[in-house]
Amino acid sequence: MIALFAFVILRAAVVPASFGQYGHYRGAAIAETAARPIAFAGHDACEACHTDVVEQKKQGRHVVIACEACHGPLAKHADDPSSVTPPKLDTAILCARCHEANSAKPKGFPQVVTADHSGGIACDTCHQPHRPKIQTSTNETKTETKAEVEKKTEGKK
Amino acid sequence: MDITRRRLLVLLPAAAVAWKYVLAGTPELSPNYKLTEHWWTMLIDIPKCIGCGSCVRACAEENDVPDGFYRTWIERYHVADWRLERPEVESPNGGKQGFPPNQDAGGKNFFVPKLCNHCADSPCTQVCPVGATFVTPDGVVLVDKNYCLGCRYCVQACPYGCRFINPRTKTAEKCSLCYHRINKGLTTACCEVCPTGARQLADLKNPKDPIHEFLRTHSVQVLKPHMATGAKVFYNGMDGSVR
Repeated sequence: MIALFAFVILRAAVVPASFGQYGHYRGAAIAETAARPIAFAGHDACEACHTDVVEQKKQGRHVVIACEACHGPLAKHADDPSSVTPPKLDTAILCARCHEANSAKPKGFPQVVTADHSGGIACDTCHQPHRPKIQTSTNETKTETKAEVEKKTEGKK
Repeated sequence: MDITRRRLLVLLPAAAVAWKYVLAGTPELSPNYKLTEHWWTMLIDIPKCIGCGSCVRACAEENDVPDGFYRTWIERYHVADWRLERPEVESPNGGKQGFPPNQDAGGKNFFVPKLCNHCADSPCTQVCPVGATFVTPDGVVLVDKNYCLGCRYCVQACPYGCRFINPRTKTAEKCSLCYHRINKGLTTACCEVCPTGARQLADLKNPKDPIHEFLRTHSVQVLKPHMATGAKVFYNGMDGSVR
């Protein structure tokens, strides 16, 4: 009898309270994991304020890309937009991550050899990242020649 | 009933134990989230993956993963025409900064994102000596870092190489399927930032989830089915050379 009670007392002292609640583990661990703060706010949070950018994105193929895919984790910005501002991005690096030519990428995916395509000029010199297809004033698609790009970016290199 | 000294000595510890369980209460999850109404999984569409590494970077930022360790990573496969059973696989820095340009050497070339497969019959949970890793009622394999001893049994048991010992906490770590996000109705960080939709979080218990239609209409596989782990990360368009 004494041994049995000693066992009950020792077990209660050693085994965590929620152990066995759902299975052979500490049940409270589920809620502890779920309680961690988030870093990425999610595109719904961005779209609540930045409606102008949403409209811009709808006109191009980048409409399917979440804002934080390029701008990084911004849950803190969503919580407090005035004090936390997103960092400025370098499109020469950012765009190339997706669009640099690679034989393992799907064949239908738009890819370029950046050295030949732009010679290291930042992509946003010609392309608007939220609506990347280059457009003229008549809203028609236009492919600029390399000479035109060089003229446009003179002194920016 | 008379309370004798002997009975009191018996009753007090029993009452203390009962009180401890009352105080423990029920763990609080997000409101309206019911553990038994979900069965989480992920769908990976290999022909859509461009190897940009957004998922790897997002995972590291969302989950504070130390440099040099990966909860998810991307592999680039090159399968030469004459060597189908011996593919060349590379994953520089887990694909975190994308992949360097390569010349098309023929054969098959493609990217394969990898992560914990959240197996229904996972070997890692079976070998844990203290019950610090487990499958939740909603189908996610988690690690209880406050209870983990860091003995590394689970790291060796995982046939997919998905686990590591965090050098800061000295405990086992792996993909948690962003449990802190899906619990709040958000998708995982990797699925959130994937620019081509190559990764999709799915809930097999939700009859409206598009995964049911996808599984009906596509040939979908899991990694290492011969291990009988009940892997739940489904791969579409996976080449037979993928290990």
